[in-house]
Amino acid sequence: MQANIVNLAYLLAAVLFIFGLKGLTHPRTAVRGNFLGATGMFIAVVVTLFDKNIVSYELIIIGVVVGGFIGSVLAAKIQMTAMPQLVGLFNGFGGGASVLVAGAALFEVLHMGTHPPTQFTIASGASGLIGAVTFWGSLVAFGKLQGIITEKSVVFPGQKIINSFIAAVGVVLIVWLVLSPTNEITYWLIVAVASILGVLLVIPIGGADMPVVIALLNSYSGLAAAATGFVLNNNVLIIAGSLVGASGIILTNIMCVAMNRSLTNVLFGVMGPTSETATADEVYEGKIKSTSAEEIAMLFDGARRVVVVPGYGMAVAQAQHTVRDMANLLRDRGIEVDYAIHPVAGRMPGHMNVLLAEANVPYENLKELDEINPTFEQTDVAIVLGANDVVNPLARTDPSSPIAGMPILDVDKARTVVVIKRSLSPGFAGIPNPLFAADNTLMFFNDGKKAIIEIISAIKEN
Amino acid sequence: MESFAFVLTIFVLAIFVGFEVITKVPGTLHTPLMSGSNAISGITLIGAIISAGTQHTTLTTVLGLSAVIFATINVVGGFLVTHRMLKMFQRRD
Repeated sequence: MQANIVNLAYLLAAVLFIFGLKGLTHPRTAVRGNFLGATGMFIAVVVTLFDKNIVSYELIIIGVVVGGFIGSVLAAKIQMTAMPQLVGLFNGFGGGASVLVAGAALFEVLHMGTHPPTQFTIASGASGLIGAVTFWGSLVAFGKLQGIITEKSVVFPGQKIINSFIAAVGVVLIVWLVLSPTNEITYWLIVAVASILGVLLVIPIGGADMPVVIALLNSYSGLAAAATGFVLNNNVLIIAGSLVGASGIILTNIMCVAMNRSLTNVLFGVMGPTSETATADEVYEGKIKSTSAEEIAMLFDGARRVVVVPGYGMAVAQAQHTVRDMANLLRDRGIEVDYAIHPVAGRMPGHMNVLLAEANVPYENLKELDEINPTFEQTDVAIVLGANDVVNPLARTDPSSPIAGMPILDVDKARTVVVIKRSLSPGFAGIPNPLFAADNTLMFFNDGKKAIIEIISAIKEN
Repeated sequence: MESFAFVLTIFVLAIFVGFEVITKVPGTLHTPLMSGSNAISGITLIGAIISAGTQHTTLTTVLGLSAVIFATINVVGGFLVTHRMLKMFQRRD
């Protein structure tokens, strides 16, 4: 009877999770959606506290207080520009928790001397494997985003073979755990092997590919939770875990499509076709036109439509508030201002949107690729701020370039393009950008935030 | 084995629900979607609570307590930071 009530409460929690995610389909309903999700979690936790096997609450209280404190401090203090790191870290904690819970459940059964059923051991092994990959993979991703370890792609010969071999060892160990479950050490071996795999899987992934790996680890953290659900025979874990698993897979796919690269290529740090492309000197020689804030301010005279194209550079320069000030100033002069957001701009899915939302930019002004591209021909000035590969016309024109076929923002079709950038250094793809040398492009060599501040004062003086 | 087929059914159906619901999330909300769904994956917390509270052996208790801490960071931090972000999307001048 009591078990029925608990399971019904878990069902309610699962329904709230689904409504919560559904709420996230629109900015207006999203806050309520998140609240529904949190309510579902609260119900699930409270019901669990009535479990008859619980003999003492002290440790639970200690754990919840410590974890709750750390979690709320992180959530309250984190800067919006550092959001990718934080989400990466949270993914890792979720994966880590799955490893620990599956381990505890396994050891408990072994200690009681009962022979665990096959489903139980397979699921424990899977939780240990996926959870540890998620934990260590996320820590490496965190390290890369935080600048603790190199953001560059670390590749070495035989990487694919070594990774496949380690993954195979993990699977063999799970089989071993199933066949001879009484050996506790097998579980720890699975966790150890998966930890190495987690590190090796993420080190070859370079800076601009980070959105893919964050989304993928998000999916893994869900799958680890679902696997733990199979260990505990607990429906709400399975449902919540598979919802998150599906969400992460969808985001991963969107990111890969947005770069026209296969998941395998991203995971092994491989760029597209790598035949000879023009060198930077050939592309830029004598064609670069440098400009000043005053000249840019004059461009806005008589302009009717301006599009801002933000990239990771805007996040690094923390320029989102300044950009908003400039846009408001232009709007006061009757100019229409929109923002063009490429799906992989920044270091995680939706990174630019969060930064601009922080700066109070209405989400109606943030336009996605398909919506904004047809409008560039009617755009007087396109301002590219810290973006590079996502505006490189080679993706359209040169089938042999590493970014061939990648959907890009067609800023080159605007009447005038202003590129704000410190130097002509290449983006993540490592290739020169003919946009910088185009007839209608002006380069403003400056720090992102300083550049916009100078433009603002030039507009005011104009 | 019957119970396995049952939980597997739930798993597969939930994945389909996930695909249906999440495909409709617009690009502008992808970051809150990740942090929010991440908080939901902290549901492992309920397994952790049982392990920490059952106190079967010292080992399972230690694992359970660590899991409670990890999962609570995930849950509390995840929902709060998502709320913080979503508030910004809702705000109007």
